[in-house]
Amino acid sequence: MTDAARRGRWWLPLSLVILAGALALGVMIGPAGSWGSASWTIVWNIRMPRVVLAGIVGGMLSLAGASYQGVFRNPLVDPYLLGVAAGAGLGATIVFAIGRAGTQTWLVDPLPLAAFLGGLIAVVITYLVGTSFQTDRSGVTLVLAGVAVTSLATAIQAFILQRNSDVIREVYSWILGRLTTAAWGDVRLVLPYVLVSAGVLLLHRRHLDVLRVGDDEAAALGTRVGRVRLTVVIAATMGTAAVVSVSGLIGFIGIIVPHFVRLLAGASYRRVLPLSVVLGAAFLVLADIPGRVLQDPAETPIGVVTAFFGAPFFIVVLRTRRRVAS
Amino acid sequence: MSALALAGLTVSYGKRTVVEPLTDSVHDGEWLCLIGPNGAGKSSVLRAIAGLVPHGGAVTVDDETFGAHDARRRAALVAYVPQSPNLPDDMTGEQYVLLGRNPHIGYFATETAHDRDVVRVVLERLDLAGFGDRLLGNLSGGERQRLVIARALAQEAPILLLDEPTSALDIGHQQQALELVDRLRHERGLTVLSTMHDLTLAGLYADRLALLDRGKVVAAGPAADVLTPDVLRSYYGADVSVHHANDGTVVVVPRRSADLAHRAFSGNSVRPDELSVPRSDF
Repeated sequence: MTDAARRGRWWLPLSLVILAGALALGVMIGPAGSWGSASWTIVWNIRMPRVVLAGIVGGMLSLAGASYQGVFRNPLVDPYLLGVAAGAGLGATIVFAIGRAGTQTWLVDPLPLAAFLGGLIAVVITYLVGTSFQTDRSGVTLVLAGVAVTSLATAIQAFILQRNSDVIREVYSWILGRLTTAAWGDVRLVLPYVLVSAGVLLLHRRHLDVLRVGDDEAAALGTRVGRVRLTVVIAATMGTAAVVSVSGLIGFIGIIVPHFVRLLAGASYRRVLPLSVVLGAAFLVLADIPGRVLQDPAETPIGVVTAFFGAPFFIVVLRTRRRVAS
Repeated sequence: MSALALAGLTVSYGKRTVVEPLTDSVHDGEWLCLIGPNGAGKSSVLRAIAGLVPHGGAVTVDDETFGAHDARRRAALVAYVPQSPNLPDDMTGEQYVLLGRNPHIGYFATETAHDRDVVRVVLERLDLAGFGDRLLGNLSGGERQRLVIARALAQEAPILLLDEPTSALDIGHQQQALELVDRLRHERGLTVLSTMHDLTLAGLYADRLALLDRGKVVAAGPAADVLTPDVLRSYYGADVSVHHANDGTVVVVPRRSADLAHRAFSGNSVRPDELSVPRSDF
């Protein structure tokens, strides 16, 4: 085994330790006091589901971000820039507008499904538009296409909301995220989607490494590129839509965590994908803590916290990558 | 040891046919080199055999004819090195060569100890043992070219397709790369099909040359038969002198010729519409 492979082995156990620490901190810290003083009921019914949900959301968004980056061979994309989040938001808005009250007793909640369909349609449009300009090899076209799709989805969403002003409040509290009100029910709602999505994505980590040499060479190496790309996009979009439907729109995490992982442990997707899950979960659990205690008794939305730490960090990451490259 | 047979191979991009029905067979351990002017269809022949563009006719390795859906099987038999391979800067040499094992690994499987052994042996054989940990972005052109050949060898395919393997290299590295391919061909019994622009090098290394013009084979055989001033004048629009060394080497040397100056613009031999390389669908 090479030195690099031996060094790389340490990152997964180490990141699991970091995640365990983050989970412990998340459960111990809260407005109702630390571990000893808060009652068990508060810890079990309010803090635990919230910490677990933050972990699921953070791990899933990071994993989806890394997978999109691999399958589009573009380090600039994440679920937000590709329009997935906006498409999912539009799908969810339609469910709210048609009537959320009647659907809650259904066997399968249509909200995550609608979000999934909206997200999938958005990413397919982004991809088709972004790759129809074949002269662009920088990948910027794909991001611009994502911006356009996001604008379109947001515009349609605004139109629907104006005609259904009674659901505006509900939709906006959904969009801004509701880790706040998380209970075990939300964990149960997203977990099946996230497990399937994460399982499929992690099983494709070797294929993402093959795609790094480009479509033609990957095909000449025996990979059916179109099928791999479609499978990964569907799985990543399903996971993203599911978590977005409970957490709302949380930006930056799908770009910063995978980039951070690449700096630590190299660019092979065999390492980037599992480490993104673990460190993404740890990151969001930690990012949620200040949101709960900073303005107690009020909440600071988690999207604000991730952007506050994420944006400067992202700039640092970009600068470091440029230095490494040159 | 395997033989590659092409039976009426055709390639079309839209309505434009770039390879007319091509029938040839490259026998066990032979090296056939396709030569011809820009846009003659040389690369398209290789891409069709590698399964990257749809083609008519049949491609057969030994007695196995490829269908449209057995990409993995095809990759286990045919290794393809494109003219300008993508080498991701942040990939290590070992990871890159390991990609060659792809056709031997199941869809959900990961590489085994055997796959890693194959990679290690190939790296050692090509004097690349120290490059397993190095990032591709930090390597020189010659080192990168050797890693690309290493990846193709790790594929353990009996047929090796090389599209302009030396176009980006200086004369020393060109010679080293071709000697390496020739040595491996003899050691491993590889059957090689390549394209090359340098006619002297093509004649020096290949057993047989086939000259393509507008998708048709117009001359084929040993270098001494194909590389004649008349043939090169009529298909390349080139003015050359051809020298035969005592050891059988055929040397093609360009000559100054004033009447070629206007020919580039009259479109007599190089057709500008065929200079652009057609892209496959993404």
